[in-house]
Amino acid sequence: MSAHSITEPTDRAKWIAGGLVVLYALVTMIPLAWIMLTGFKSPADAISYPPKVVFEPTLEGYVNLFTTRTRQTDDFLAANPPQNWADEIVRQYDMVIVGPSKFGERFLNSVIIGFGSTFLSVFLGTLAAYAFSRFKIPLADDLLFFILSTRMMPPIAVAIPIFLMYRNLGLSDTHLGMILLYTAVNISLAVWLLKGFIDEIPREYEEAALIDGYTRFQAFYKVVLPQAATGIASTAIFCLIFAWNEYAFAVLLTSATAQTAPPFIPTIIGIGGLDWPAVAAGATIFLLPVMIFTILLRKHLLRGITFGAVRK
Amino acid sequence: MSLSQMDRVAQATPKKVARRIKGLSDRAIAWIFVAPTIFLLLAINIFPLIWTIQLSFTNYRANRLNREVENIGLRNYERILTDSDIWLNMQATAHFLFWTIFFQVLIGFTLAWLIHRNFKGNAFWTTVIVLPMMLSPAVVGNFWKFLYQPQIGLFNYIVSFFTGKDPSSFEMLGSVDLAPWSIVIVDTWMWTPFVMLICLAGLRSIPDYIYEAAAIDRASKTRQFFTITIPMVLPFLMLAVLFRGIENFKMFDLVVQLTGGGPGSTTELTSINLKREAFEKWRTGYASAYAIILFVTVFGLASIYVKALNKVKER
Repeated sequence: MSAHSITEPTDRAKWIAGGLVVLYALVTMIPLAWIMLTGFKSPADAISYPPKVVFEPTLEGYVNLFTTRTRQTDDFLAANPPQNWADEIVRQYDMVIVGPSKFGERFLNSVIIGFGSTFLSVFLGTLAAYAFSRFKIPLADDLLFFILSTRMMPPIAVAIPIFLMYRNLGLSDTHLGMILLYTAVNISLAVWLLKGFIDEIPREYEEAALIDGYTRFQAFYKVVLPQAATGIASTAIFCLIFAWNEYAFAVLLTSATAQTAPPFIPTIIGIGGLDWPAVAAGATIFLLPVMIFTILLRKHLLRGITFGAVRK
Repeated sequence: MSLSQMDRVAQATPKKVARRIKGLSDRAIAWIFVAPTIFLLLAINIFPLIWTIQLSFTNYRANRLNREVENIGLRNYERILTDSDIWLNMQATAHFLFWTIFFQVLIGFTLAWLIHRNFKGNAFWTTVIVLPMMLSPAVVGNFWKFLYQPQIGLFNYIVSFFTGKDPSSFEMLGSVDLAPWSIVIVDTWMWTPFVMLICLAGLRSIPDYIYEAAAIDRASKTRQFFTITIPMVLPFLMLAVLFRGIENFKMFDLVVQLTGGGPGSTTELTSINLKREAFEKWRTGYASAYAIILFVTVFGLASIYVKALNKVKER
């Protein structure tokens, strides 16, 4: 104890704390690890009892996720040898691959709508945040609170009039409609977070630039934007993750053309009976990018999830 | 221009000169910058809200376009507030809210308190713990459904491993007694890290010298915990509860995927019930009134809570 300051925990306290936290972390990872493992199981292994930790890995789940298949007669199978490794996997169930599944399309929709809405909300959010941060705007606090309060509405409650409005405007089940909707939802987060980031940039930099003959616009994009780059990047990732994960609006407002992955993944189970490996494969592919982004974001995580209310 | 140069120029610049700008005036730029955001929110949030209010006084049904729409005054509101089934949904929501917040605060604070010991590798393990919170709730709900399957599910297997119960003897999602807890477990798994992160920020905001002063005054560790740690973390903790409260009041995706509101309507939270009324039964006017009631409830509760939070902060 004597070697430590009063507030520094003892080595023993650190060991116990570390042990408990690691234990919690490992337990909390079990469901995620399990879903990733299940993606590499055969359907029989996936539902075996007791649950199998050791099994023969197969890409069946992934093949089933990306393809549609039909059962064929023995004659047909004998006459047409397997085309590739994926076809070979399917053959053990007397099936042939007849085409791609909808998963690729749905995933692409998620990418288009996610990136589209992220770009728009960060673009508009940066402008608004700059204005709120630097200029005197009448009723600024009320406006900012109004922007935040739009986030308190349950999505289903907003969905009723949006559904009617989109039906009249022809925006139902379109990429543009979803991009605009997710932008409207994300913009509150973008404005609040970016205002915090821009507030932290000293005004003197811009003022110096103005003296040097820059216009406000030039000062904004040549001085402020580069300084706010980290903040803009992390805001963008938060917006992207939200749009990527969103389910309620997607399930109500999209169906054939603009459906994103979250409403689609649960329906995979219906295609091939109890095809849990395919569901697990879909979930893995869908969740992995978010996990990577979370790790990249770890320093700004707190700020993002509290709308900038808590900054470390 | 390098930063140090800029600093020097900045310091030498009188404020009055700095305000002289070429091109558009500041006020014009301010409005040009803010207008698109306000416009978008008016179009996609406020206009729909006003429309919902208007619809809530009618018997409009969105699936019957030719039916005449009648103004029925407050009858929708009256029906909702006197409907005993809706009160059951409210109870289910309250149960979900109370227990998720209870467990998340308890476990989240404990974890933060442990991580604050700054053991080696704490940053790495914090990142690991945080992962579930960023995932898609719908997909999470979907794969927890797999874990909860009786007989084949991992959850039942682990429970039976430790308790010796037969894994097919209980159904987390299928039984009226267990289903409300199954959604609490998943939400707690997912969102405990959120409370943990905020508490950790609270703990880190307490300056060391306060503890040092307390130690000099021979305050015991327990006493320090209750008179320094808890009061100073409280505003952070309350903020975490506010966020979780609003989010879980709106809860839809996770629970829809897990239980679909069942069995019966034991886990039919208000959002799920609202979706049924609006998009399955197509009682648009009635559902609009329901939506307004929910919005007023969450807004009202949040405002009262924020007042309390500000009082705690001022102390």
